[in-house]
Amino acid sequence: MNPFKTIFGTSAVAAAALVAFGLTAAAPSAQAAEKTSFKLAWSIYVGWMPWGWAADNGIVDKWADKYGIDIEVVQFNDYIESINQYTAGAFDGVTATQMDTLGIPSVGGVDSTALLIGDFSNGNDALILKDGDSVEDVLGRDVHLVELSVSHYLLARALATLGKSERDVTVVNTSDADMIAAYQTDDVTAVVTWNPLVAEILSMPNATKVFDSSDIPGEIIDLTVVNSETLADNPAFGKALAGTWYETMGIMMSDTEAGRAARAAMGKASGTDLAGYDMQIASTKMFFDPAEAAAFGASEDLKTTMESVRTFLFDHGLLGDGAPSADVVGIEFADGTVMGDESNVNLRFTTRYMDMAADGAL
Amino acid sequence: MTRLVNRHPDRPTRLLLAMLPFALLIAAYAIGSDMRLAENPNDKLLPSFTALGDAITRMAFTPDKRTGDYLLWVDTVASLTRIAGGVAIATVFGLLVGVSVGLLPYARATLGGFLSAVAMIPPLAILPILFILFGLGELSKFVLVFAGIGPFIARDIAMRVAELPTEQIVKAQTLGASTWQICTRVVLPQMWPRLMDSVRLSLGAAWLFLIAAEAVASQDGLGYRIFLVRRYLAMDVILPYVAWITLLAFSFDWLLRVLQARLFPWFAPEGASR
Repeated sequence: MNPFKTIFGTSAVAAAALVAFGLTAAAPSAQAAEKTSFKLAWSIYVGWMPWGWAADNGIVDKWADKYGIDIEVVQFNDYIESINQYTAGAFDGVTATQMDTLGIPSVGGVDSTALLIGDFSNGNDALILKDGDSVEDVLGRDVHLVELSVSHYLLARALATLGKSERDVTVVNTSDADMIAAYQTDDVTAVVTWNPLVAEILSMPNATKVFDSSDIPGEIIDLTVVNSETLADNPAFGKALAGTWYETMGIMMSDTEAGRAARAAMGKASGTDLAGYDMQIASTKMFFDPAEAAAFGASEDLKTTMESVRTFLFDHGLLGDGAPSADVVGIEFADGTVMGDESNVNLRFTTRYMDMAADGAL
Repeated sequence: MTRLVNRHPDRPTRLLLAMLPFALLIAAYAIGSDMRLAENPNDKLLPSFTALGDAITRMAFTPDKRTGDYLLWVDTVASLTRIAGGVAIATVFGLLVGVSVGLLPYARATLGGFLSAVAMIPPLAILPILFILFGLGELSKFVLVFAGIGPFIARDIAMRVAELPTEQIVKAQTLGASTWQICTRVVLPQMWPRLMDSVRLSLGAAWLFLIAAEAVASQDGLGYRIFLVRRYLAMDVILPYVAWITLLAFSFDWLLRVLQARLFPWFAPEGASR
């Protein structure tokens, strides 16, 4: 036998085996059943900063220890990548909007539960125009935004208020990292983006906010999402996360030295300061109180919102190309009703853990 | 016994060996994909070959539901126009500046250091400046590709010109050649194949900058599509696009190599597949 072939063959097989192993190692550990160490991914956003702060200040460890488990909290610089990693099975939980949860992990067959409803955007996402003072002025323009994101959804909702649709504008996909520079060029006369970019752009001359998420309150919801199977097998994971979250909420909402210090630290971690962070919180409806979050999670309005969100996703082909209708992915609500396919429920809203926090049962 | 360095595979073996790594990669993919799909039939990370085939049919051979366009072709035309434009400007610039700097002492004194410095600026780091200067339209995409590879080609050509034996330049002068004649009759004929080499080497970088440009602000293009569907982890679309980009890039490289061998057979006499 040719020795070259042998050497080459052996190492190539080994390499291929390594690749195959690497690709499958991250496979969802569906049958993992009971386990003791968990990973949560989060990214920089006003409503998710508490996770980083809680991890840095030992609150995560404190609650994990109480339930005899281990929770690793990992910050991602790229929001979408954190959701993709969660969907691929590398994480047990992630911070995401309800729209992206439905569109990415749920469509991808990863049954996900909205464990905690952290907040909804109440002005944090906005449509901003040059030389214009109402939504009508956007018609016919190039609108720069991150396509298929909540910005895109906000634009669709803004146009719907006029009875218009996306056909009446031209959407240009523009990276959020370059949005501020983009706004300063003459080509760009309309953008949809989120905070802190909104605040930055509005501070420039000739920038008018004509529509924002406070015009569609409660429709852009920020969640902490966990894998449903992992949660079912390990309720301790959910309890430890809920415990951590509401202890942190209690500290940060308080008008005390400790509260201000916590908010200042979260502000600093998101590239601003206490004043900047407080301003972002002002345009966010934070659910500091678990009872309030649970009430929102059990409300009928949530169903209306999910209907509108899933229609948007379906219209943009994001529920899978073969999807015959928006019913293809089932969404279960806190009262047990299911919207869509009951045999393919992949997004679940529950108030169980928020209720436990409200009842002091953690 | 023949030493390993002297043992050459025969033609069929060579072909087989060349295909082996590709076959192994595909096999590894198939195994990984099967394992993940067995756990979750909707897995998006490593879609099955059927799913990839469906995505190709959908993107390349079915008109898009919303626009009626064949997306893959629209994206390909947009991207090829941009990369061709950017590479063309960079090549002309590289040749003009490179030959001047390599041949004329005054040009070298003025531009040599500047060119070396400019070639070191990572264009992606100064994106906001490029946008404000050139807008967000097509122009900025040409400019980004140009800024990424133009200085590289210019430096390369300047070095290749400087490498020409001084004897050639002196000899031409004893025959009465002017600077212009030295340039057109001595330097340029020897630079054409080297310019092709330089362009070939920068094509990889050109694609990188093109895709970066399309990720920033765009309505079409291969890079645009990849970044757009990445938002929904649509690997069934991304993987065929990546394969397509690789094929396109490989074809250009091959085309330039064949052209070079045809037009300048005296260059690279070994005919070695480099």
